[in-house]
Amino acid sequence: MSALLSIQGMSHYFGGLKAVSNFNFDVPEGVIYGLIGPNGSGKTTTFNLVTGIYTPTEGKVIFDGQDITGMKSYKIVQLGVARTFQNLRIFGNLSVLDNIRIARHFKYEGGLFGSFFRTPGALREEKKIRQEALDLLEVMHLQNRAFEVAKNLPYGELRRLEIARALATKPKLILLDEPAAGMNPTEVSDLMNLIRRVRDEFKVTVFLIEHHMKVVMGICERIKVIDFGETIAEGLPEAVGKDPKVLEAYLGKGGA
Amino acid sequence: MGSFRLPRFTIAAVIFYLVIQGLSLIGVLNGYYIIIINQSLIFVILTVSLNLINGITGQFSLGHMGFAAVGAYVSGTITTILLKLSPDVASNYPIFLVAILVGGVFAAVVGLVIGFPSLRLKGDYLAIMTLGFGEIIRIILNNIDYVGGPRGLLGIPKFSTFPIIYLFTFVTIVIIRNLIQSSHGRAMLAVRENELAAELVGVDTTRYKVLGFVIGAFFSGIGGGLLAHLLQIAHPTQYGFYASALLLVYVYAGGMGSITGSIISAFALTFLSQALLLGLDSLSSMTGLPFGSEWRMVIYAVLLILIMLYRTEGLMGMKEAKLLIIEEEKK
Repeated sequence: MSALLSIQGMSHYFGGLKAVSNFNFDVPEGVIYGLIGPNGSGKTTTFNLVTGIYTPTEGKVIFDGQDITGMKSYKIVQLGVARTFQNLRIFGNLSVLDNIRIARHFKYEGGLFGSFFRTPGALREEKKIRQEALDLLEVMHLQNRAFEVAKNLPYGELRRLEIARALATKPKLILLDEPAAGMNPTEVSDLMNLIRRVRDEFKVTVFLIEHHMKVVMGICERIKVIDFGETIAEGLPEAVGKDPKVLEAYLGKGGA
Repeated sequence: MGSFRLPRFTIAAVIFYLVIQGLSLIGVLNGYYIIIINQSLIFVILTVSLNLINGITGQFSLGHMGFAAVGAYVSGTITTILLKLSPDVASNYPIFLVAILVGGVFAAVVGLVIGFPSLRLKGDYLAIMTLGFGEIIRIILNNIDYVGGPRGLLGIPKFSTFPIIYLFTFVTIVIIRNLIQSSHGRAMLAVRENELAAELVGVDTTRYKVLGFVIGAFFSGIGGGLLAHLLQIAHPTQYGFYASALLLVYVYAGGMGSITGSIISAFALTFLSQALLLGLDSLSSMTGLPFGSEWRMVIYAVLLILIMLYRTEGLMGMKEAKLLIIEEEKK
């Protein structure tokens, strides 16, 4: 298995605070990879470093054989890294369909003048994008919502819409930031099925952050546990779950 | 999809044009009304173009009239120079059209030059920056003797007639509407809705902010050029902060992001302003109360406060009239 994403000696400081300390790990192609750790352990910072929101203080991020360290976010997305957010970031006043279509825009081939004058070429492109977006909504079971204003959707569907929007960029790697946050048990098991389905049908590698242990242990094939910016365990779920250092980080000393 | 919406708006525009021409022919609309209608139409261009920046792309420009000034002075200078060279120019419409477009292009270039550094700023900071830009333009024009300095640029030939202004307004609305309802327009809307999320679905947000700014500046320049050739004068005070703030009122009153709202508010508020002007003057001369037309801005301001209190989203909110929607969504 080759590494799709490779983090090499990555550190990040906020002033004097070390948020991420010397991370070295590979996310192999095709797996569901979980990054877990207590609050404030540097998980979201890791995602922000991979997606170019922050530039690492030290170290490198290699994606698909290419150094993407310090690259602009939109370029990283165009190379094939998509993500969702812990706190949803939906284009709330736009329709569900538009939310998806925007994620296809960077592949739009009609020029600006085509858009001004609605040239036949531009209209063909628009039609193609629209059809692709509708197809994707169908796969994600959101087709009935296509023309609704996004902010009116229930929470669980918004989570799904955000995943759908990320998939619309046709990524090789999708980063899910706490996808199960705020979900009830039924929604959680639906989500787990969805994540597996996404990996299989869209042939993407999934890299997720999660607090929900059922999700992590249930679907992740490899897990990395971090605390205070340091790696404390890495490996298969069964082994990590029994690691005394992991139990200590979650339950405190002697908690095991 | 596929249902043809473009001609519907065109048909409506043609009917509206014929009605106005007909009414003026039979004398219902006198020259005074036509002047007010012409000014309203130019304000439609200015308001819709500002809406593209503030309402659609979600930036905040407080210096939109600065671009109109560039368009007015550039096109006005071109036509006055040519007029001096040969009096035939006064009836040479192709030259006028080129001058107006050149004015628009100049405004767009200025938009690009100030857009690039300033659009890194957000919210209040961007507002202050654009405010400064508008004032700089006004002060520069005030000090260039070649274009009249504080006297203003005089003797601009009167090219802007009702049909010409109407045509430009129509084309402006159609182009901006087409843009907003295209993939590029959705990228701009995404910047407004959530800049970080837009960036993380592959939208080059800086590019679309600048693009919105430049296109808005272009049409503002067109509007300024038309205004100069309507009033036959371009004067620095016409394009100061006060005028830019007034445009902002038009955009907010109509609804941020709604072209329909901008069209309605540009007409309604231009007419209201005139009605207040005449109404207050006749009221004060009738009653002897010290409330002349200079109080109309107070009433205007109160109106704005009331809109913000009771209809925060403006007249139309983000909605468009059916006439302006290209692709009707099937439920």
